[in-house]
Amino acid sequence: MHPAPSVIIFTTLSGLGFGLLTFLGLGKPEVTGWVAFVFYAIAFGFAVGGLLASTFHLGRPERAWRAFSQWKTSWLSREGICAVAALVVMGLFAFGAVFLDTHWWALGWIGAALSLATVFTTSMIYTQLKTIPRWNMSLTPVMFLSFSLAGGSLLAGAEALAPWLLAIAGAVQLAYWAKGDQAFATSGTDMGTATGLGDRGTVRAFEPPHTGSNYLLREFVHVVGRKHAQKLRVIAFALGFALPLICLILPVEGLMLKHLLAGIAVLLHIAGVATSRWLFFAQAEHVVGLYYGKR
Amino acid sequence: MTELPNSTDRKMGLVIDLDTCVGCHACVISCKGWNTENYGAPLSDQNAYGADPSGTFLNRVHSYEVQPPEGHAQLVHFPKSCLHCEDAPCVTVCPTGASYKRVEDGIVLVNESNCIGCGLCAWSCPYGARELDLAEGVMKKCTLCVDRIYNENLPEVDRVPSCVRTCPAGARHFGDLGDPDSDVSKLVAERGGMDLMPEMGTKPVNKYLPPRPKDQIDDQIDILAPLLAPVAEEPKGFLGWLDKALDKLPGHSEGGSN
Ligand code: SF4
Ligand code: SF4
Ligand code: SF4
Repeated sequence: MHPAPSVIIFTTLSGLGFGLLTFLGLGKPEVTGWVAFVFYAIAFGFAVGGLLASTFHLGRPERAWRAFSQWKTSWLSREGICAVAALVVMGLFAFGAVFLDTHWWALGWIGAALSLATVFTTSMIYTQLKTIPRWNMSLTPVMFLSFSLAGGSLLAGAEALAPWLLAIAGAVQLAYWAKGDQAFATSGTDMGTATGLGDRGTVRAFEPPHTGSNYLLREFVHVVGRKHAQKLRVIAFALGFALPLICLILPVEGLMLKHLLAGIAVLLHIAGVATSRWLFFAQAEHVVGLYYGKR
Repeated sequence: MTELPNSTDRKMGLVIDLDTCVGCHACVISCKGWNTENYGAPLSDQNAYGADPSGTFLNRVHSYEVQPPEGHAQLVHFPKSCLHCEDAPCVTVCPTGASYKRVEDGIVLVNESNCIGCGLCAWSCPYGARELDLAEGVMKKCTLCVDRIYNENLPEVDRVPSCVRTCPAGARHFGDLGDPDSDVSKLVAERGGMDLMPEMGTKPVNKYLPPRPKDQIDDQIDILAPLLAPVAEEPKGFLGWLDKALDKLPGHSEGGSN
């Protein structure tokens, strides 16, 4: 799949933002006033920024409001609804915390649930696609949710939870890569089933339909850059999980240094998750590539 | 709405004969022509006369080489357009309701004025049947020439999809695949019509007729053997003696031994 910057930014930032909103809704940390304002500004900045970025890949962004209508069948529609509901509920909760010094806990819990539901629905947009075996796995939502919780706990400064959640997310990432590498082969789809000619012999793409490129090849058959995949995996894993974990568990004295390390951990994690998302798209092979003799 | 109908009154679709298709691409061109001039946004081209031309097509013809374990390879021309699937994933993923499947004839269409161009339907189609038009920013796909097949302004012979009308080889057939007595259904039954990627669970309406097995050249020689075989044989008996004797004579003799 073509790793469009807009979707990479969207899934990375909104995952972090909704992760942080989940923790804030649960009262971790329980903040009010100015401190709360800063926390919520970061959370909403990421969540809304990510959603806005996602509209850049639309052919007709001015009609985006129509996407809320088909929640009965469409995960993309459900995601839009969950996202708006989460933002509204958490907006009210934040209002209480920032301006009235009060916590409406019922709202907070609902908001936290809706925030997680947003991340889940985002992941289902990809998971539902049988055409992309690497995404069509139950580990895909697990990965999105574990990343979001790990990132959210880092941003929320949840010192006790964050190392554990980072470790879990890292493990899920490794499992996702290991399983994903087998996915296309085990899906049973190949040039033989694509053309229906497989039982007569070996099928080879002899001539493509046109000499030039086309939308399908640009969007679905992204092979450039895959050759660096292994190196990028090491980078993504180190930046996203290993190094932030080390930053958190280093036994350091002094609040200043602790905060500095936590800040570094957040930045490393964001860079790592963004790299992982780039790989998520760039390594995803769409079955339509088979018609072009490609993966 | 993007909920699929439980069943459709008819299942209009194409039957494509991989045995007959000669890969001329006439159907590609006529499709592009008709669908640029009629229903919906035109099928745009980008950089049409430049170094890297590309454009939107609803029908594309691939060519494959099939190498059986023994014998000669076979070349198969392979036209591909929307298969108007019964379980069309492209419809259910659409967030706006722009994609829909018609109850009356099963045709899968895009309401272009509701489409936001998110591309998700194209992601969900295993066959590469949907292409986002770069000029218009909306999704384009085969309409089964919905503006021809019921069009009473056209002579009756033209009330079939443009590709079917154009095909010089008679490799494309149009009809109701939901009716077991229709010509297309009979053709599918007779020739063992097949689904593409059945494992995807899309239940395509369009069917492909597999290429017939190739004739065996060796067997054919046998049928004509009484007439053709002696030509390549060494002369025997008196003629053989004469041939050799003539060879021995001095002077230039043309050609080989016979
Ligand atoms: S071929 Fe593709 S675009 Fe056409 S109905 Fe099936 S899934 Fe949808
Ligand atoms: S591109 Fe248009 S038709 Fe396709 S899923 Fe998006 S809104 Fe629906
Ligand atoms: S017009 Fe007919 S013969 Fe020519 S490529 Fe199309 S289907 Fe094949």
